[in-house]
Amino acid sequence: MNPPSNSVNWFAWLRNVVILGALAGAVVWSVGGWFVPPVAAINRNVGLSAAELKDIQTVAAGVNADFEKAWEQEKLQAAAPADNLTIARRLSLALTGSIPSLQEIRALETVKGVDVSQWWLTQLLGDRRTSDYLAERFARVYVGIENGPFLTYRRRRLVDWLSDALQKNRPYDQVVRELIDCEGVWTTNPAVNFITVTNENKKGPDEAKLAAKVSRAFLGVRIDCVQCHDGKLGSPWKQTDFHQLASYFGQMSFNVNGLRYNPKSKPYKVRYLGEMEEEKVPAKVPWKPELLPTKGTPREQLAAWVTAKENKAFARAIVNRMWAMLFNRPLVSPVDEVPLEGPFPPGMEKLADDFIAHGCDLQRLMRVMVATRVFQQSSRSADPDHPATQAAEDHWAVFPVTRLRPEQMAGSVIQASSLTTIDSETHVLFRLKRNADVSNFVKRYGDSGEDTFDDGAGTIPQRLLLMNGSMINNNITNNPIINASTRIGMLAPDAASAVEAAYLSIFTRRPTDEEAALFKGQIAASKRSKSNAMADLYWTLMNATEFSWNH
Amino acid sequence: MTKPEFKMSNAMNTSPCQSRSHLTRRSLLRGAGTAGISWLTPLADILAVEAERAPKGKPARSVILLWLGGAASQLDTFDPHPTTKIGGGVKTIPTAIKGVEFAAGLEQTASVMQDVSLIRSMVSKEGDHERAFYNIKTGYRPDPTLIHPSIGAIACHELPEAKIEIPTHVSILPNQWPARGGFFGPQYDAFQVYDPKSSIPDVRARVEDQRLERRLESLSVVERAFAAGRAPDLDKNKTLHQLSMQKARRMMTSEQLNAFDVSKATVAERDAYGDTPFGRGCLAAVRLIQTGVRCVEVTLTGWDTHANNLEGQATQVKILDAAYASLIRDLKKLGLLESTIVICGGEFGRTPKINNVGGRDHWPHAFSMLVAGGGFAGGRVIGSTDPEGEKKEPENPVLVEDLHATVQDLLGIDYSKEIMTPVGRPMALSKGEVVGELRA
Repeated sequence: MNPPSNSVNWFAWLRNVVILGALAGAVVWSVGGWFVPPVAAINRNVGLSAAELKDIQTVAAGVNADFEKAWEQEKLQAAAPADNLTIARRLSLALTGSIPSLQEIRALETVKGVDVSQWWLTQLLGDRRTSDYLAERFARVYVGIENGPFLTYRRRRLVDWLSDALQKNRPYDQVVRELIDCEGVWTTNPAVNFITVTNENKKGPDEAKLAAKVSRAFLGVRIDCVQCHDGKLGSPWKQTDFHQLASYFGQMSFNVNGLRYNPKSKPYKVRYLGEMEEEKVPAKVPWKPELLPTKGTPREQLAAWVTAKENKAFARAIVNRMWAMLFNRPLVSPVDEVPLEGPFPPGMEKLADDFIAHGCDLQRLMRVMVATRVFQQSSRSADPDHPATQAAEDHWAVFPVTRLRPEQMAGSVIQASSLTTIDSETHVLFRLKRNADVSNFVKRYGDSGEDTFDDGAGTIPQRLLLMNGSMINNNITNNPIINASTRIGMLAPDAASAVEAAYLSIFTRRPTDEEAALFKGQIAASKRSKSNAMADLYWTLMNATEFSWNH
Repeated sequence: MTKPEFKMSNAMNTSPCQSRSHLTRRSLLRGAGTAGISWLTPLADILAVEAERAPKGKPARSVILLWLGGAASQLDTFDPHPTTKIGGGVKTIPTAIKGVEFAAGLEQTASVMQDVSLIRSMVSKEGDHERAFYNIKTGYRPDPTLIHPSIGAIACHELPEAKIEIPTHVSILPNQWPARGGFFGPQYDAFQVYDPKSSIPDVRARVEDQRLERRLESLSVVERAFAAGRAPDLDKNKTLHQLSMQKARRMMTSEQLNAFDVSKATVAERDAYGDTPFGRGCLAAVRLIQTGVRCVEVTLTGWDTHANNLEGQATQVKILDAAYASLIRDLKKLGLLESTIVICGGEFGRTPKINNVGGRDHWPHAFSMLVAGGGFAGGRVIGSTDPEGEKKEPENPVLVEDLHATVQDLLGIDYSKEIMTPVGRPMALSKGEVVGELRA
């Protein structure tokens, strides 16, 4: 081999200097960004006309009136309004599955003179993270979390299709109709996976599972409770009600060419309790049969009936679920059991009416909910002598304190460990690592399964995972390239700025005087091991109740 | 269904005047040392003294569930019919119960059957894995409106144990459906650990003690800030965050954690259990029970033999046999079998008919379970199945809920007690009835 010439060495040296210089510049520039945010780039447009905003606020005021009446009756004092950062944290957790980044917080704090919560909502609704996260949440309701039949089910396609629909803000009734009456191949028509997830070998799609899913997910009625026997304890439902609904999913032919309505295939049959023989079950809806169209295949008729404007159970079901997604607790619990004839909780009827009147617009529904006093108020009492009570929380007089979902926890740990926003613009390798980390964390923390909203408390394995788990440790220990804790410690001008940046990154708030004094002292005392002091600060905040609970 | 009448077939009379009755538990425990299981007994003397003081007929205090995930074939394990058309090529061996045969490969288990009873007539209505696992572990069929607690969660809820610093409900080698706390709350979920050969994840702090203490002191300041303006009992009655953290800290520093560690066992002791993940799980289960853990489940998957049933079952039988028999033997040597209920079974059984690919499919109509210790009789066989496989229903069926009622009754739990569930519906701990014939 010939020895390299001097000119080659010189070029290599120059190239390395340029690359290293560029990297160093990029690091300094990107970190500098959180001290001097790119204010000029921020779009301060709320995304609504003044008339639209006023209309939303008017509906929200009607909802507020319902709640205020209830609080008066219960003699409850409503909490004071929460600050903008607290509201932004709630919104980011609900819509993206993680807390806002320090970069986002800095930008948010420059927005003045507009409705900040609506402005932040506009930013999030335009962000692919939101549609992806909400699509996954809806998919859990529609098809669960299992991978389903190997050859005839593609969950990922369904989630992507839902995400596209949410991103485009397709009317919700259209989406639901497509899920119920879809036909074709599950790979090219993703909605078909709603049906094929129930597919069983040789038997084809399971009519009973589909009826249960439709009644719960789209109508907020647990009619599947009468699958095996008539309703008990005052339930109005009969076994026939459930199976007549299931019968709409009969007469489907299913093969490699996809799903088709086939009037010649065998009808849905069932052996009712106490009967000796199976019998053919006619397709009938359990209420308001007058809303059924006279034409179309059975599933087309069912889809039209479910989503009919006059079938208000449909609107109430999505109001209850969307409320649950935003507040982490449904208006009516359990989330898929809304009484058909009432009584309804404060706000539900007004929200359902507005949803129907505005063409099943999910984004508007979110905007109205976010504009309500209930969403905007604090989760604590401002009066130290009268702290927030469970009764106040039960009646929504304070914002409810609820446990974060596992994926929200994982997403928040990862986001808090990065100074910049982890979104679709983030490098693909980092996003892949994020997804793997979230998946591993959720498996250990305990997956919530289908989109339930239980009031579960914290557990020992969860605390062990947060205290000693590798993901937390990897995200807070000394790493000047990736970890926010180290980078803040290196580049913050003083201890007070470092503590504030950590608090904003993790809690989306500034420290109290006592907290600031404590951690400033620890950083000042650390001298040569500032990264350890920052790691300790990060560990402490991530292990606090405040980090694990939505508030 | 009317309450079945039970018949005992080939029952062995387990007279109280056996050689063991002439020994004290303490001497048994000391003898255990010479038998090669002295490593198991860091707390053995204490427990032995307590056991001596315990009045006779004291309820069982703990449960071990050996879960055969995927569903073992009764015809290739505990209820073979070798000479009939449904035999499937199984070979049989005699057991310690006169006239009762097991599938070949279960020789060690066969030898401990004087301490074990066999139910050959378990009956369920659930033929889907997930629904059936729920049914067997909780005693209830799946209900869309609420999640029932598993038997381990019920035991922990009804028999709280303050002295234990490690979780009192443990699942070793869990599959996708470990035991859950159900409507008692996730704090009653089984603590999940994997092959005891590996250390338990996340129980060791990442920093030295002094630094951890400083972190925790700082945390108290942060918690105070969060508590301002909120209900004083928020942690105690709702989040359990700090309480869980305290328990986690107690666990991290507890010597009882050593109960999970089977590395101190000799090679011979590990070999006795088969030195497989399941075998090591059973070894750890004994140690955990000895430490005071209320319920341990150990899972052995791989029984779902829809194809090549004979070979598939034989492979799992080999793993089960050594581990099960060693577990029973060691519990007995340690004097713990009288206070520990051991249940061994899976979701359901497998079909008498062999399918086109040599497999057996799901069969909830009549399947087998082993029960031992904690007040269960030994040497009894309950129920029987049709040797020709034509009659679906077994003789003397035992319902899943009745087995649950029996276990709870042996634990001294009022199984008929109604609990107000979160959905506002009172629910009995078990809706079954005690199977008297299974009691000692």
